[in-house]
Amino acid sequence: MTGEQSTYLGIQLIRPRVAFMEFTSCEGCQLQVLNNESTLLRFLSLIEIADFREAVTERSDDYDIAFVEGSITRQDELERLKLVRRNAKTLVAMGSCACFGGVNQLKNRFRDQAGVIRYVYGDHTMDTMEAVPVEAIVPVDLRIFGCPINKDEMERTVVSLVLGLKPVVPDAPVCMECKASENICLFELGQPCLGPVTRCGCGAWCTSRRSRCWGCRGPVDKPNMPLMKEVMEQHGFGDRTFDEMLSCFGGFTAQERKEESKA
Amino acid sequence: MKLSRKIGVRHLSRVEGHGNIDIDIKDGKLVSANWQVVEAPRFFEAMMRGKSWQAVPMLSGRICGICSIGHTLCSIRAVERAFGFEPSAQTMRLRLLLKHMETLQSHVLHVCFLAAPDFLGEGSVLPLVEKSPVVVEIALRLKQLANDACDLVGGRRLHPTTIVPGGFTMLPDKRELESIRARLNDSLKDLESIAGLLSGFTIPAFTRETEFVSLKGEDSYPFIGGDLLSSDGVVKKEEQYLEMTNEYKVEQSTSKWSRLSRESFAVGALARMNNNFDLLHPGAREVAHTLGLKPLCHNPFMNNVAQIVECVHVALDSIRLIDEHLGAAGNSAREDIEPREGSGIGAVEVPRGILYHSYSFGEDGRISDCNMVIPTSQNHANIQHDLVALVEKYAAEKGDSELELMASMLVRAYDPCISCSVH
Repeated sequence: MTGEQSTYLGIQLIRPRVAFMEFTSCEGCQLQVLNNESTLLRFLSLIEIADFREAVTERSDDYDIAFVEGSITRQDELERLKLVRRNAKTLVAMGSCACFGGVNQLKNRFRDQAGVIRYVYGDHTMDTMEAVPVEAIVPVDLRIFGCPINKDEMERTVVSLVLGLKPVVPDAPVCMECKASENICLFELGQPCLGPVTRCGCGAWCTSRRSRCWGCRGPVDKPNMPLMKEVMEQHGFGDRTFDEMLSCFGGFTAQERKEESKA
Repeated sequence: MKLSRKIGVRHLSRVEGHGNIDIDIKDGKLVSANWQVVEAPRFFEAMMRGKSWQAVPMLSGRICGICSIGHTLCSIRAVERAFGFEPSAQTMRLRLLLKHMETLQSHVLHVCFLAAPDFLGEGSVLPLVEKSPVVVEIALRLKQLANDACDLVGGRRLHPTTIVPGGFTMLPDKRELESIRARLNDSLKDLESIAGLLSGFTIPAFTRETEFVSLKGEDSYPFIGGDLLSSDGVVKKEEQYLEMTNEYKVEQSTSKWSRLSRESFAVGALARMNNNFDLLHPGAREVAHTLGLKPLCHNPFMNNVAQIVECVHVALDSIRLIDEHLGAAGNSAREDIEPREGSGIGAVEVPRGILYHSYSFGEDGRISDCNMVIPTSQNHANIQHDLVALVEKYAAEKGDSELELMASMLVRAYDPCISCSVH
C-alpha cells in the first residue's frame, strides 16, 4: 500500500518493512492485527508489509521487523525461524505461544511423549518435539505478551519502533489495572485469580468481565508466589487448582525453571 | 501453452494455516493433483487429559484464532451435557447471538479480505484500499460491528472471557445492546452492497456431485446442537457423531480426513444452506435467489455466496434475538453447575462447518478422555477430490498461472482453517 507518508514533529517517518509469520499456533494474534478495524488503515500506513501470508499473496524476505507468532514444535520450524532471525533487524515474539510456549507447552508435561502422539494419531508417526518459545532457539528483541495479544499494545509497539523508541513493557500486576477499573475482587466473588502475580498491560481484560485471570501474560519480574499461594489457600483453592492455573500458558512454568537454575 | 507442466504452491496465502498445492500435468492430461496439509499439530486432545471442567472451555477456545467463540461454545455444550445441565432460555439466546456475530465476523473476513481479491485480480485487499475504498470501508464497518458485538456479549472478540459452563460471568449492558441493534439494522444496507459486489464476480462454472453434512434444523436454521444430517439422507443423533465423521489418517496430511456415504463430504456454509434452505430467514433466501444460489448447489466456489447469504440471515436473526432479550425478564447470569462422572458431546455449526467436542469426565470433574472433530479436517478429502476434478476439467485449456489461481481459489472457497484441523 502506498498512501501518504506519515510525519512526526514535521519529520518524515521511514516506513519499516514488516513481516508477520506464524509457527505452531492458532494464528489468532495475527488476526488481532486485522481485528482493529477502526485504526487498521492508519496503522497500515505506518508500515510496509513485506510478508503477511494470512492476508497477502505477495511475499518478500526483505524486511526490518519480524513479528513471530507461535511456539516451535518441529525441526523444519526451527530452521525457518533461524532464517527469519537472519533476515530481521528486530524480531518481536508476539503472544504467549511465542513468548512462553503458550497452551502448546501443556503437552510437554507428559513423560510419555510417544503416548501423546499415539493418543491423537494412533499408530501413525507424527513429527513433533517439545513445544518451546522462540527465545529458546534464537535471540528475541521484544516481546508482546498475551493470549491473545492486546491490539492496542501491538500498535503502541509498532509506533515506538517506527519512532525509534524503546517500547515500554509494564512491570506491575494485573491487580493494579483491575483495581483502577474499580472491579470487585474475584476472590470476593468466590473465584480463584492470578491477577496478583501476572504482568499487567492487558487493562484487566478478563477480570473486568468477572472472568478469572489465568496468567496468560506470564509473571511480573518479581512475583510473590508464596503469598499468592497463601491467598489461594485462604479462599479454599488448593494446590491442584493453583498449579493448573499456573501451567496454562507457560509463563509461570518458565519462571519456575529460571528459579530452579538459580538455586 | 506447454502440455506438460508442474504447478506448485507452497504455503498457500490468504488461508489460515499451512497447506500446499501440487499439480502434475503430462500431455495436457492430469497425472496428479494434491492438497497437502503440512501444519505442525498441537495435540490438544492429549493435553486436555487431566484438565478441570473450568479450564477446558477456556483452553479449547485456543484451538482457533478465527472461531475461538465457536470452539468455546462447543466445549461448554459438551461439558454441560456431560453434567446433565440444561442452560436457561436467556443463556441459549445470548449464546446464539454471540455465535451469530462470530459467523458474521468470520464470513466478512473471508469473503471480503481473503477471497474477493482473487475475483478482482489482486493479491490482497491492500491495493483495494485505494482502488475501491468504499467497498473496503463497508467491509471494515461490517467486521467491526460483528467484533464489537462479540466484545459486548462474549467479553472479547478473540478467546472470549464471559462464556462459561452454566451461563455467563456477566451479562451485556442493555443500552449497549440497543446500540448494536441499531447498527445491525444499518448493516443490512452494507450487506446488500457486498451482495451487489458478489453478483459482479465471475464464479467458475465448476460442479462435482458432493455429499453435504450439517446440523439438521427443526424449526430454525441450526447452529447449536441437534441431529446431524447428510444430503445423501443419513440422519444421526449428536451422540453418534463418530458414525458421521469416520476419521482416518492419510500420508499427504498432518490433519485427519473424513468420509461418510462417498469418498468424501463437505461441511460449511454451503452444506448448511443446502441442507436447511427453507429455514433461512426470508430476507436471506431473497439474497440467495438474487445471487443465483439454490439447493442443492454442487459448485464449491458458491460457498463464498452462501457465506454472504448466511451473513444476512445472522444479522436479521440477531435483531430478533436482541428484541427478545430486551423484552424478557432478566435472569441470573450464571447458574450453579455440579460436576459428575460422565460423558458429553457438543455439536456446533462454526463458520467453516460442523464442529464436535466429546469429553469424558471422572468424578473429580477432570477430563479422562477427549476427542474433537474439526470442520476443516472433514473438508480436506473433499478439497482433494474437487482439486483433481478441477484440474482434469481445465488442464488442457488453462495456462499455468490461470490454473494455479483457480486451484488456489478452490481451496480458499472452503475457507480452510488449517491450524484448527491439526489442533
